[in-house]
Amino acid sequence: MEWNPFNTMTVSLFIPCFIDMCFPKVGISMVQILEKLGHKVKCPEAPACCGQPAFNTGYWNESRDTAIKVIEQYKDAEVVVIASGSCGAMLKVMYPDLFAQTRHAEAAKAMAAKCFEFSSFLVNRLGVSDLGSRFPARVTFHDGCHGLRELKIKREPRVLMEKVKGLQLVEMDASEVCCGFGGTFSAKFPMISTAMGEVKCDSAKATQAEYIVSNDSSCLMHIQGLLDRRGSKLKTIHLAEILAQS
Amino acid sequence: MNAIAHQFKDQATRVTSDLRHRELIQTALGKYSIKRDEKIALFKDWQGARQKASEIKWNAVNHLDEYLVEFTSKLEARGTIVHWASTAGHAREIITGIVKAKNASSVIKSKSMTSEEIHLNDALEKEGVEVVESDLGEFIVQLRHEAPYHIVFPAMHLTRGDISELFTRELKSAPTSSPEELTMIARRVLRQKYVRADVGITGANFAIAETGMISITENEGNARLTAALPKVMITLIGIEKVLPKLEDLALFLPMLATVGAGQAISGYNTLYGGPRQKGEADGPEEFHVVLMDNQRTALLADAEQRDALHCIRCGACLNVCPIYRNVGGHTYGTTYCGPIGAVITPHLRGLKDWKHLSYASSLCGGCTEACPVKINLHHHLLQTRRNSGSKNPVWWQKIAFKLFAPVANGRFLWAMVTRLGRVGQMFHPLVKGTRLDPAYAWTKTREVPKIAPQSFKEWWRQRK
Repeated sequence: MEWNPFNTMTVSLFIPCFIDMCFPKVGISMVQILEKLGHKVKCPEAPACCGQPAFNTGYWNESRDTAIKVIEQYKDAEVVVIASGSCGAMLKVMYPDLFAQTRHAEAAKAMAAKCFEFSSFLVNRLGVSDLGSRFPARVTFHDGCHGLRELKIKREPRVLMEKVKGLQLVEMDASEVCCGFGGTFSAKFPMISTAMGEVKCDSAKATQAEYIVSNDSSCLMHIQGLLDRRGSKLKTIHLAEILAQS
Repeated sequence: MNAIAHQFKDQATRVTSDLRHRELIQTALGKYSIKRDEKIALFKDWQGARQKASEIKWNAVNHLDEYLVEFTSKLEARGTIVHWASTAGHAREIITGIVKAKNASSVIKSKSMTSEEIHLNDALEKEGVEVVESDLGEFIVQLRHEAPYHIVFPAMHLTRGDISELFTRELKSAPTSSPEELTMIARRVLRQKYVRADVGITGANFAIAETGMISITENEGNARLTAALPKVMITLIGIEKVLPKLEDLALFLPMLATVGAGQAISGYNTLYGGPRQKGEADGPEEFHVVLMDNQRTALLADAEQRDALHCIRCGACLNVCPIYRNVGGHTYGTTYCGPIGAVITPHLRGLKDWKHLSYASSLCGGCTEACPVKINLHHHLLQTRRNSGSKNPVWWQKIAFKLFAPVANGRFLWAMVTRLGRVGQMFHPLVKGTRLDPAYAWTKTREVPKIAPQSFKEWWRQRK
């Protein structure tokens, strides 16, 4: 092993399609935080999607076409970090199933082992909780389903938020209830998806928070879409964006 | 999309926008979850209990051949007549056959989802036999000519007012909002029916192989009366309900009560071992047990989803499911609703007609987390989608995903799509919210996210 007195590492980011296009600040915040901690950040540009849309719709062959690129591009990465519980779960939990009995089976397992959701990477891999961030606001947290149930992330975002100066976390009743996004589900069954989102928004609103925070931009995209339509003053923000503010 | 899927979607659209329904179900199940959590806390190690229960069920389901033989031979030794039914039709024939042979004109029933699965009441009524449901919730939905709304709480979609109105109309009782009075009205009607019934039909929660006994759990005592008063008792049971040992109930009875109804233990837990034995004062003179397959062995043959046969029909997955909580039980259009229904119905009734239930899920995994016997429910929904995608692909979806791969994987194509997206979004307001809007399914109720002036990758490139 290379001599590394500051215990720094090279972190490869996987930037999911919707973060790249619609929420670049989430990715930029991750880069800022990781560099501030002294790590080298890499971001292979080619793969834009983990293959989850095709996978969840039942087209596993087509999903593999997309996912193979991720496996190839991150083959030599030390760690792969993702700012989304959903895409993180795809790489960490679903890839081994998706590539089982293919020639990429071993590579998929190796990928799963070195892949981290951002908050879990900070707390569990780097052992960091205080990033010296400041965010004076009353917030409530939405546990994205894949982060919570596939990756078992519950404590990590709260550990990080506790150290943010000025931040006041007020838990909502339905923090663990799905926001109704579910990828293609939101377009296939928009009425069910919307009803679920409304239940979520009502629960968040009851906390009188200014922000709904989450570690998954896909959920936040759905929630924000509903809030905007309702003309609500509540805003959504990704945890990484909060942690990058000082 | 087939007619059944269309019906599901139409019904879902109607129910999800019914705010009174939403309030009713959210409140009822919110109360349930508090009670459930209180009772889970009484377990020394709830996760350990789930693991143990799933192992017991795994063993039972993977050795069904042995346990069923043990179960039936013990039952027969005490004079029970055991019937094997391979299909729903076969089970109906056996049961209507017994009822006709006894010249029975009236049947009393305790709660049984398996009998709902085979539409037993219709079959008996067609033979001119009066069938009365004795479980209060089932009695109520029967009066409304409805299917049960929930596996455990059949009438949970009704308020006291709805029930009072129903009783006033159907039973000519005086209107009341007191639950006790409503129960007394039903009881007065039902007591007469028990006494007059020629045959009692029950379901079963568990079949104990070791002792050859049927275990029935209930809260009203109605199953006991159904089993004890008529001369003939028939129990209909799915073959997967078998448990190897009597002591297994020490885990399964409290577990069922905990997640099923938020109770430490249900009101009545009874074991039935056969017809009235010599010297006994009560019990049926004749006891029939109908063991039904009805596609369960097909599910058993599917190694990936076999654990769905662990199901103890507790309804825990329905109670936590945000889809069930918003669309309600009747929307599913089939006996078993909620996540477990979405998993087993394609096996029981055909993938092609019922695959839409697996897509009607955000895959949140709340069900898998709640399941006391650890059925991997939401991953099974993914497998069902995969099976459907490979057997009956939708051509345009397949092509779309085929084309998406090079776009997502190619640096330049992706950059181009990002730029095109920005241009497209400039014109979006012209069609937004109209039928011409390609994102109509989304924009009807939600705003679309804006493509950023500089994407992350554009920023990254510039920075380098």
